[in-house]
Amino acid sequence: MSNSDNKFVTITINDKEIEAVPGSMLIDVADKSDIHIPRFCYHKKLSVAANCRMCLVDVEKAPKPLPACATPVNEGMVVWTRSERALTAQKDTMEFLLINHPLDCPICDQGGECELQDLSMEFGSGSSNFHEMKRVVVDKDIGELVATEMTRCIQCTRCVRFGEEIAGMREMGATGRGDRMEIGTFVEKSLDSEISGNIIDICPVGALTAKPSRYHSRAWEMMQTPSIASHDSVGSSVKLHTFKQKLVRVIAAENEDINECWISDRDRFSYQGVYAEDRVEKPMIKYNGIWKEVDWSTALDRTVENLTEVAAKDIAVLASPRATLEELYLLQKSMRGIGVSNIDHRLRQIDFNDQESAGAFPSLGMKIAEIENLDSILLVGSNVRKEQPMINHRIRKAALNGAKVMCVNPMELDFNYEVDTQRVSNPVEMINTLAIIAKASYTLSKNKIPAGLKDLFTGVRVNKIDKAIAENLMKSKKSAVFLGNISKQHPGYSTLRALSKAIAANTKSTLGYLSESANSAGAWLAGVVPHKKEADQVADVIGKNASEMLSRAKKVYVLLDLELERDSDNPQQAKAAMNQADTVIAITPYANKSLLALADIILPSAAYAETSGTYVNTEGTWQSFKAAAKGSGEARPAWKILRVLGNKLDVKGFDYVSSKDVRNELRELCKDINNENSVSVEGIYTKLDDVPTQCLYRIGNVGEYSGDSLVRRAAALQKSSPEQNAVQLNSKEIALLGLKDLVDDNSKEVTTVEVKQGEVVVSMPLIINDYIPDKCALLASGTQSSSLLGSAFGEIEITA
Amino acid sequence: MATTKTILSKHETDEIDRWLERFPKDKAQSALLAALRAVMHEDHYLSTAKMDAVADYLNLPKIAVYEVASFYSMYELDEKAAAKNTIAVCTNVSCMLNGSDGIVEHIEEKLGIKMGETTADGEFFFKVEEECLAACCGAPMMQLNHVYHENLTNEKVDELLDAVRSKRSLKDKEAS
Ligand code: SF4
Ligand code: FES
Ligand code: FES
Repeated sequence: MSNSDNKFVTITINDKEIEAVPGSMLIDVADKSDIHIPRFCYHKKLSVAANCRMCLVDVEKAPKPLPACATPVNEGMVVWTRSERALTAQKDTMEFLLINHPLDCPICDQGGECELQDLSMEFGSGSSNFHEMKRVVVDKDIGELVATEMTRCIQCTRCVRFGEEIAGMREMGATGRGDRMEIGTFVEKSLDSEISGNIIDICPVGALTAKPSRYHSRAWEMMQTPSIASHDSVGSSVKLHTFKQKLVRVIAAENEDINECWISDRDRFSYQGVYAEDRVEKPMIKYNGIWKEVDWSTALDRTVENLTEVAAKDIAVLASPRATLEELYLLQKSMRGIGVSNIDHRLRQIDFNDQESAGAFPSLGMKIAEIENLDSILLVGSNVRKEQPMINHRIRKAALNGAKVMCVNPMELDFNYEVDTQRVSNPVEMINTLAIIAKASYTLSKNKIPAGLKDLFTGVRVNKIDKAIAENLMKSKKSAVFLGNISKQHPGYSTLRALSKAIAANTKSTLGYLSESANSAGAWLAGVVPHKKEADQVADVIGKNASEMLSRAKKVYVLLDLELERDSDNPQQAKAAMNQADTVIAITPYANKSLLALADIILPSAAYAETSGTYVNTEGTWQSFKAAAKGSGEARPAWKILRVLGNKLDVKGFDYVSSKDVRNELRELCKDINNENSVSVEGIYTKLDDVPTQCLYRIGNVGEYSGDSLVRRAAALQKSSPEQNAVQLNSKEIALLGLKDLVDDNSKEVTTVEVKQGEVVVSMPLIINDYIPDKCALLASGTQSSSLLGSAFGEIEITA
Repeated sequence: MATTKTILSKHETDEIDRWLERFPKDKAQSALLAALRAVMHEDHYLSTAKMDAVADYLNLPKIAVYEVASFYSMYELDEKAAAKNTIAVCTNVSCMLNGSDGIVEHIEEKLGIKMGETTADGEFFFKVEEECLAACCGAPMMQLNHVYHENLTNEKVDELLDAVRSKRSLKDKEAS
């Protein structure tokens, strides 16, 4: 039966008639019909290599067996995947593959989940015709994340193709030739890609395995629980693997709409932080400067006392945007229930000028999967590759399809695709650059410039490059302007927002936020902002924002999973506020030295993977997950702690039985919320002074692995990103510091410099980075050394 | 980084530029074989530093250079191959049938080194040639510094090796 419109062809596999799109590969068609063909080199997200020959099948009229992964289907094709000819071919291939593969599965970390092991059970023979020595490949160390055992490699080249086609940087390759060909990096180097760990998932054998979890337990001893990654705002699907209820490792799960089948290294290896040494196991109260472990009811009663004996306006409530939706909602509900209005999660933001004009939550404005169909994209203050690796992956796909990617940033960035324009200037200049593009967009669209924007445009001369950016957006059928994490931390965020909105409106582009954390969107919906209650309702009393709560000390602070010296814009200021406060109540899985010094009550909460909950990602998708691992000691899921607290505080409506009840209540309230980002262009803007000439200006966007308490405790990730702990300057500035010989001879050992911000001086390693503009220093936030410094953006002094 | 100084010599960059001209702008990889040849000509082997420099010069991933360099046996990756003269005796079927084993033995004895080694004075590198050099009709044969010599006998080998050696030594003498 052939279709008249030729959209489909009919083929027969193992006597079963199947309709298929002409030209699609036999292996795909078979997969869709649940007919399994063995394979090693084929991967549906990678190009066809057809080098392993494991997928040989018997095709009628073909003189010899054909590889199903490289054979397009045709009308009337008749295929047998298990005929004698097919099976002989598959068995022979298996024998060849095993010639050089060690038969040491019992000591291989992949044992039990190895594609080669599985297929050799089915197609392998008990003996081999090959009696010579097996070859041995000497391993190279490729970093902290991926362990290699290249003697086990079957040279399917999946990892090589992954580097070129997905990661956009070739790190693994095939060197040598013939029987001496080896897969590897050739020289000893650690993998640099931010998504390198995916080669562990795709390697069909035990050649590439996860270093941190190596030899911890066997595949068949582990339990698998689907979950959601907790760092960036993508909300990638992951699978958590636990052994005796302890998290052992994390692998990618498939979710075509969100992360396809890849995850970032951050999402894969951060779980190590769950078992950090400073986990708290028991509630604790500080009596006269000495910590005492107490039982839950004592701790909660004391908390209630502390909260009720001061006026509600003297209480400040701060929460991590990584907390679950349920936790954030119950926190908000209980605190607003006792009249507290100072509540916020935006600890790295300092410019709140236009918060009232924002929409229900900072949204991407489209689906993540739609990014790859865009024709042009303007990134404003975004290091998307490190901030949201899986969004970068979609932008990369768009770029490979010909989309123009343009950006306005305070430093040049290393993209893994062709970028049309990178407009780089110091953070203050950045606003002017964006103003030029905005002005050009008004000229092009012939829209009237609103009065509010006029003074931003005075003295602004449109140039060719910036005009071209506006033109590209304008010409494109589908275009978007995305504001990233750097914008959000920027002291002129409201101005960047208004200008971006203007550009988006004039060029008919979508305005979107690449928001910071796994639950940034959820925090808004749960009402953890001073001006809004849950579900976008205006708050009865508008409270203080995070920055105000920390610049003027309050009497009582309630912190949910926060380490203020690392999680807030200005660690010095935050610590001073805590020092002045009467009581600091911390609901937290961890208690580091700084928290022990500053807090008065610690309520131990469950860490990542130990609690059920929900995250709302940047596109507005609600994703719930179950707990996978057992909590530590007496620690309890934070939503349960808050439920009890709400009851003890006599706030109504706190009789939830499960986290699901909490979620369902909020879900119902949020049912009419859309993902429009309604920023008013007429807002009030923050005016910034010019970058000072006598000292340097700090660019303090969050370090790659420093964004939250979990990832900061992930040992392997920390080791693999030493540069986040350094200060980076361009050669010119380094020469001005009198360190010219460092510029001339890069190979010298690390130089340390003294960095002064506020009253504090810290020694830090110095790195040359000519991507940084003059008069600026890149010094990441969230790191150990920056936890002693001041605001992420602002003046600093550096001396040799 | 935007502009990096290259450690490639003038001869090497000139040679690469000359080849680059022959290929479309976005196909710099096409000049890779020639670029590595130019480095071989200067250094007699490919150091990692030079391969990295070639990668940067042609804007290729480093691994792409390592792959090509390690694929072809005409490139040497070991520093010990960096002798003044390279001897490659074909030991493939035709040559073997015509006595290449004897030639190899003779050279090893004469120079006091094994195949794959370099003489102490840095004069000769005796390469392990793995492929048929496509001169079977003149077997046994060898390649001495890219020049083919066929129908070898021990005497002929002596003559040839002494000639290159003395030519070099003479030149060295003149220079000093
Ligand atoms: S290391 Fe694994 S993925 Fe890479 S080529 Fe070898 S078997 Fe394939
Ligand atoms: S899967 Fe088809 S050849 Fe490897
Ligand atoms: S076998 Fe020696 S040249 Fe062919």
